[in-house]
Amino acid sequence: MDRFSVFAPRLVEKAENFTSGHRACQGCAEALAVRLVMKALGRDTIVAMATGCMEIVSSPLPTTAWMVPWIHVAFENASAVVSGCEAGMKALMRKGKVPEKKITFVAMGGDGATADIGMGQISGVMERGHDMIYICYDNEAYMNTGIQRSSSTPYGASTTTSPAGKYSIGQHTQKKNLPQIAVAHNIPYVATACPSFPFDLMQKVKKASSIQGPAYIHILSVCPTGWRIPIDESIRYGRLAVDTGVFPLYEVVDGSYKMTYKPYRLRPVNDYLKGQGRFRHLTDKETGVIQDRVTKEYEGLLKRCEGR
Amino acid sequence: MAKPMEQIKWQELEPGAVVTEVGSAREYHTGTWRSARPVVDSKGCIRCGVCWLFCPDAAIIRAEDGHFEADLTYCKGCGICARECPTGCITMMAEEEE
Repeated sequence: MDRFSVFAPRLVEKAENFTSGHRACQGCAEALAVRLVMKALGRDTIVAMATGCMEIVSSPLPTTAWMVPWIHVAFENASAVVSGCEAGMKALMRKGKVPEKKITFVAMGGDGATADIGMGQISGVMERGHDMIYICYDNEAYMNTGIQRSSSTPYGASTTTSPAGKYSIGQHTQKKNLPQIAVAHNIPYVATACPSFPFDLMQKVKKASSIQGPAYIHILSVCPTGWRIPIDESIRYGRLAVDTGVFPLYEVVDGSYKMTYKPYRLRPVNDYLKGQGRFRHLTDKETGVIQDRVTKEYEGLLKRCEGR
Repeated sequence: MAKPMEQIKWQELEPGAVVTEVGSAREYHTGTWRSARPVVDSKGCIRCGVCWLFCPDAAIIRAEDGHFEADLTYCKGCGICARECPTGCITMMAEEEE
């Protein structure tokens, strides 16, 4: 069946819940990720979105690109607001003021809203066990305000606040591992996804909405503007990130790990780094450091998937 | 029909700046940003729909005969469809200066 999977797009939901006319940059994989997520979730969804690229591009005041109830809140409290929505709807359904219905509650945020600013509230929501999904669109910097580093920026990346130069290699700290932080909360479902693998992404979102309790999905969203790549290659770089092991696709259901896409053999990490303008200053020594770390983390993940 | 932002007076805004019309971003035509347009060679098209699935702007529409073509009202000309097309039947053609 795999050979024919190229025809499967025609079986995907046709309705667009994230419409055309949004103001995302050309070739934005984050807008694509939102579109696919909303295709998977359907209309019975309530979304709270933290400040960030997707909030700015989808709702300049007189217009909105959303077909679902959607609220913009500050950077830190998207997850807290959606937990309030969930508790409120539960109470209204119990009192019979709203017909009983399965509604999916989704909080969305960029990597800045998730890894830096909203970390405490997300932790609180996961601990309280609300029936909601938190989706992080990780484009590895604060792209909305002009490519400032976040704690999700990978080692060696040049951004405007961690510029590469004579005395600096760019970002000198490692990327924060958000899915592992979510796993540490012992929540029922954690997954990583990438819009370059659309069926895998939609499958994971559907699974997260069907599971009772908090779920966390981390989506790598390639940003051609901030990563300094051609606008037509954002899908290709997402695929390379997965094939080189930089961003492995896995899911954790009740603490048991599973690789959802396993490359036959990992490509050298240099394939992923060399085309990107934000990594162009790296020498062989630094790419060696990145390669060692990627290999080590990937093997650690494989071990966890095998239950060792 | 939403008016452009500069024509709206503050009295006309809903409390809390609520937008009451869903999907009204369709009134903003992002096709004007484009510098290259995708041209589909319908002989090579196998109607797989990969271009439709990968378009970030939902700007690929399915024609009645089953082929896919770009909706030039919203297409921003990123070229993802041309690169991801498995048969390579989409080419990006530069928009002429007017």
